[in-house]
Amino acid sequence: MTEEAPAELVATLRDAAVKIRREIIRMTYAAGSGHPGGSLSVTDLVTALLFHELRYDPQRPDWPDRDRLVMSKGHAAPAFYAALAIRGILPPEELLTLRKLGSRLQGHVDRNKLPWVEASTGCLGQGIGMAVGMALDARLAKRPSRVYAVLGDGECQSGWTWEALMAGGHYRLGNLVAILDRNGIETDGPTESIMGIEPIADKFRAFRYHTLEIDGHDFPAILRALAEARTVTDKPTAIVARTVKGKGVSFMEGQHSWHGKAPSAAEAEKALRELGDPRGVPSR
Amino acid sequence: MSAARPTESLRDAYGQTLVELGERDPNLVALDADLSGSTRTVLFGRKFPERFFNVGVMEPSMMTIASGLALGGRTVFASTFAVFAAGQAYNAVRQSICYNRANVKIVATHGGLLVGADGGTHQIIEDIGLMQGLPGMTVIVPADAPTTRAAVRAVAERSGPAYLRLTRENLPVVTDGTFRLGTAAELRAGNDLTIIAVGALVARALEVAEELGEVGISTRVLDLASVKPFDAPTVLRAARETGAILVLEEHTVVTGVGALVASVTSENYPVPVHRVGVPDVFGESGEPWALLDRFGLSKERIRSEAWELLRIRGKVQ
Repeated sequence: MTEEAPAELVATLRDAAVKIRREIIRMTYAAGSGHPGGSLSVTDLVTALLFHELRYDPQRPDWPDRDRLVMSKGHAAPAFYAALAIRGILPPEELLTLRKLGSRLQGHVDRNKLPWVEASTGCLGQGIGMAVGMALDARLAKRPSRVYAVLGDGECQSGWTWEALMAGGHYRLGNLVAILDRNGIETDGPTESIMGIEPIADKFRAFRYHTLEIDGHDFPAILRALAEARTVTDKPTAIVARTVKGKGVSFMEGQHSWHGKAPSAAEAEKALRELGDPRGVPSR
Repeated sequence: MSAARPTESLRDAYGQTLVELGERDPNLVALDADLSGSTRTVLFGRKFPERFFNVGVMEPSMMTIASGLALGGRTVFASTFAVFAAGQAYNAVRQSICYNRANVKIVATHGGLLVGADGGTHQIIEDIGLMQGLPGMTVIVPADAPTTRAAVRAVAERSGPAYLRLTRENLPVVTDGTFRLGTAAELRAGNDLTIIAVGALVARALEVAEELGEVGISTRVLDLASVKPFDAPTVLRAARETGAILVLEEHTVVTGVGALVASVTSENYPVPVHRVGVPDVFGESGEPWALLDRFGLSKERIRSEAWELLRIRGKVQ
């Protein structure tokens, strides 16, 4: 349906994603708290969006015709901030202010602190609704903007997520793409043992989404899915991206304990070694 | 309620004003959650179907969708019953509207006991407290239709979140409709006592003040429609000049306007403040005006609190 992504682009994205993962470890270590697990799982998706898919002007975050990225899983803030820094939008040294008093880098993304944030989120279930509103707004205003909402899978247990998804399907928002970071793990453990959300792709289909299932760490697959979403104009698209919580750091992978805690100095050092970061652990 | 004053629907006043605003501003949009006939947003919906979104029974998402629409630069009105707007959707209002500083005006109808027969489940008596606690939120409780029209226009002109609490019942016209944000309107001059009231209780305040006037007691009546921003100077002047304040509200006394007036006077110019409101209980089914009497808002109770304050201040024996 769509052409294969050029190898050069894929290599660029892979390189950026590794750098972003390093920053996620460094910044959560420096903050002493945060959400590394879900940031590492969503990294490749956020990279594909911010380095390739989204139409935006890094110099003009308020450009009306820009595409919008709503981090409905607002706790993955470190992945978003790190991507902005590696993309050259944020000064890299600012990343180490994460979660500190006076920082623009709030624990959950905050549009009133940082202009590249479209929606202040963090309270799960809220971002997808705001994305639906933005997509409706763009359609009413006849703006070409597309709206991408990145959801967590624990978030799919909340009722208002489905209210908003229902509205997106009802209004046939062809300019809306819901991307699920399906890492399978929430704060207390596996989603399927806490409150199962499967069959999740069927749920999206039932809510009238053009639904795709991909490996959320396979860049060619991610790019293909995003390109296909652009061709679907009479309904929203849902991309169920199967991912690994803590992806890229061996001892964090698949571990729910890494949902919401920062690595110790020794753990951060080990993680950064695995990610090939020559700089080592930053000062705290 | 006074038989002498003509009554008018606050909800119709809202619906008509919304249409008027929609004619002037093509970027204005409105949402409702399956109660458009009751909230009267149906009038806007009929006139501007492309700018009206009846999202069904999803109040939290009505608020998040409203926020998303507003962040693109629109003025957005969202309506449903107060128990759903402030209660069911509280966290959506907090996060997506107030925290995001979205330009959304929540016009909530059916606030308080006057919902009547639907019963205590639907009679929200804690919404003013919930909404006034939100940073950046404007809170307005109109006493009549003219104030409703003026308040709807006022919030549309000013960017930022707002919550308007309307009453289901038609209410007597008690103001000339010159509502101003942050201003408590003096509806009656007086120096022996001040009665501050909001919403449906403003008419009762005026009736009791009139009765007191007949026996030589001069009562100042303030309509505190603009609960937030709160007009502290006017309230403190009333404290200084009349020495006692009686607050009337169709809301729990725990977190309502009376608690607000008491805390501001206590910090700045302490005078006796008595609160006539709903005690710390839920309402129940009944005829709307009978419920006010049943839950401590009778004219008799207002009168007796007024006399009590006058006694405390040594103005009567």
